[in-house]
Amino acid sequence: MQQEYVLEMIDIVKEFPGVKALQGVTLKVRPGKVHALMGENGAGKSTLMKCLLGIYQANSGKIIYDGKEVHFKNTQEALNAGISMIHQELSPVPERNVSENLWLGRVPVKGFKVDHKKMRQDSLDLFKRLNLDVNPDAKMGSLTVAKMQMVEIAKAVSYDSKVIVMDEPTSSLTETEVEHLFKIIEDLTARNVAVIYISHKMEEIFRIADDVTVFRDGCHVATEEAKNLDIDKLITLMVGREMTDMFPKVDCPIGDVVLKVENLSAGTAVRNVSFELHRGEILGMAGLVGAGRTETAEAIFGMRHITGGKIYKDGKELHIKSPEQAIKNGIALLTEDRRGSGIIGLLSIIDNTVIADLKKYGFPLNHKKMRADTEKYVEALNTKTPSVDTPIKNLSGGNQQKVLVGRWLLTAPDVLIVDEPTRGIDVGAKAEIHSLLSKLAGEGKAIIMISSEMPEVMGMSDRIVIMHEGLMTGILDRNEFDSELILKFATSDEKYVKEAQ
Amino acid sequence: MGGNSKDIKGFVSRNSIWLILIILILAVGVIQPKFLSVGNMVTLISGEAVRGIMAFGVMFAILSKGIDLTIGSTAALVAVITASFAQEADYANRYFEGGKPLPAILVILIGLAIGVVIGAIYGAIIAYTKIPAFIATLGGQLICRAGAKMYSDSPISKLTESYRFLGHAKIGPVPVIIIVFFLMFAISAFLLTQTRFGKNVFAIGGNDQAARVAGINVERTTVLVYVWCSFCAALGAILLTGKTGSATPASTGLNYELDAIAAATVGGTSHTGGICRASGVLAGILILGVINNGLVMLKVDDNMTNIVKGLIIVGSVILDMRKNAKRV
Repeated sequence: MQQEYVLEMIDIVKEFPGVKALQGVTLKVRPGKVHALMGENGAGKSTLMKCLLGIYQANSGKIIYDGKEVHFKNTQEALNAGISMIHQELSPVPERNVSENLWLGRVPVKGFKVDHKKMRQDSLDLFKRLNLDVNPDAKMGSLTVAKMQMVEIAKAVSYDSKVIVMDEPTSSLTETEVEHLFKIIEDLTARNVAVIYISHKMEEIFRIADDVTVFRDGCHVATEEAKNLDIDKLITLMVGREMTDMFPKVDCPIGDVVLKVENLSAGTAVRNVSFELHRGEILGMAGLVGAGRTETAEAIFGMRHITGGKIYKDGKELHIKSPEQAIKNGIALLTEDRRGSGIIGLLSIIDNTVIADLKKYGFPLNHKKMRADTEKYVEALNTKTPSVDTPIKNLSGGNQQKVLVGRWLLTAPDVLIVDEPTRGIDVGAKAEIHSLLSKLAGEGKAIIMISSEMPEVMGMSDRIVIMHEGLMTGILDRNEFDSELILKFATSDEKYVKEAQ
Repeated sequence: MGGNSKDIKGFVSRNSIWLILIILILAVGVIQPKFLSVGNMVTLISGEAVRGIMAFGVMFAILSKGIDLTIGSTAALVAVITASFAQEADYANRYFEGGKPLPAILVILIGLAIGVVIGAIYGAIIAYTKIPAFIATLGGQLICRAGAKMYSDSPISKLTESYRFLGHAKIGPVPVIIIVFFLMFAISAFLLTQTRFGKNVFAIGGNDQAARVAGINVERTTVLVYVWCSFCAALGAILLTGKTGSATPASTGLNYELDAIAAATVGGTSHTGGICRASGVLAGILILGVINNGLVMLKVDDNMTNIVKGLIIVGSVILDMRKNAKRV
């Protein structure tokens, strides 16, 4: 007899010192269905999954899997029982090859010897089954992030699990690979595997989810069939309030040219990119992964060696060789990789806020002023933190991002470049960041916004630069915005030519 | 909501190392009351001053996610060179036959300058070639020690009293070396928390990529870290030669880098970067001092003392890591 649920997590409570991360939540997953887990960052989705996988132990509550109550003490036990997870953050061993990464911790052996032949063959079989084009002998580190993610997905599938948890699996995938993943998910559900799918991307949820469970602040808010929901309803459930305006772009007067980029090149990553940026303007940059948008920003900010072209600010040519000089020239860059090159996790909110502009605080450092300035930005940006002395790593992604925005605003830049400013942060914080960017433009700042999210880049920009593999393929004015058009020029070297007026 | 008790708990947790120090002192003192005498405390601190100052140097390197293994050898090189310029004129076996000692202040400045130059060289190698600090300073250790031996193949002694002032003299009842030690503590603490340099080192140790993006000149700061580290080693060398009255190329400062690293580590400086408190390192130095001095007084044999030291070093890091992990 087929059970109604393959997995039931009932009344799960998980407390951390000082925080009740899960306050008795329930999740019931049907076999062969995609169950989307939604909620703002900090709502408890990942915590619940970690309780399931045995990474955390719940304080109370029951987990019933396959009809039996289970308590996994570690991931290994969960895997053996048939529950696997694709983590949001990859943990590859970059110096070893793909097949070793794939069978890490469970290499096939012949006696004492590792059976390399079988390992390679198993990898090939798996890739063939999933229709993946990956060379099992390639070094893991030589793959693109997207390919690595696909290997990670293949790995999770290879356990022949009954339940697969996918935590933001598409965050580093291109459109084609996302399609591929959805195909794999379809195959999995056809074989009666249940998929728990965590994502912030609404379109994905409505494409593939059968059921949707929404959490808020560690509590279960609702479980619905996806067909009974729409985006507005879902957002309301997630944030607990009406989200009327996700993209509060206000038109503001566009001023003089602040930054002029002329035939900028940086190796093969950026080739002959030219544009002008005006005061009060938000210039969007659209394109796929590897389009050279981040690299363009890095070249302007002095992080990447420029091999050709010129950059002018306020009519004066710049020769920037380091971020230090870029900051001196009134340019700021909020990087894409918040953990890798943004926050300094161990340090306090204060230290993280003032670090780019320490000169201001003299010798010896004026700690009072540092604190006052930090508190000012915490308040202005509505950053939620117990205190300004809290280590930044303890904050949620959205709040970390606000601290970083504060860091850059403190340097009083004329040009603010933001690279994927809302990636991985929850809807509420996202809308706040959007309105903040809009406000800054209104105050006369010039903003370049790199974004892979079509609605974001179209909703927020005055103009959009489209790039493809290092080339700039077009600049659209606001009245020309069209997602199909953008996608078209983001996927080919063809240049966009404005229609005759 | 019990904010007060939380504050106390936080205070105790932050300063648990001082608690350990006090317990250790009391424990040794109960068994051997002489340990607690003022005279012995002066001996204890004078005995740790040189290694302690080196620990105040190396903690910056460790904080920046680096390490400095050169310290002891740098000290040896500085020691023999400064000593050779500070020998009494009437001494028969002078390094420079005939001639007179240079003024002490000049010799000391030469010694510190040598330290600064050595630090700048391998600091630059670490910063610009990106090779691991462990490797760069391991090479530096061999080279400096060899340099010291090449400079002189025998001990250099009979040093002028004016040169020996910092390491040997007393102001009233207080040895100058103790004053220098606490002065260096104050300066390190100031550098660490009150200057841009200190904040930048924290940032680099915490996340060097983010530090670079935030406009910090990571290379220049790294060079400065090793300059400071080496400066402390040179100052240590001057104190040490002053204290003992001679410099021995083969043994002066031998393994001092390990003691300094141990003290910084016991004091809570994280080898994964980004965590360091000068007061913690001070406590770390004193803890190792209590073991060095106290266990001798209790007539514990040398091997046992080293076992205790080893356990304390490893145990303190385990505790620190658990404490830091809990804060997540």
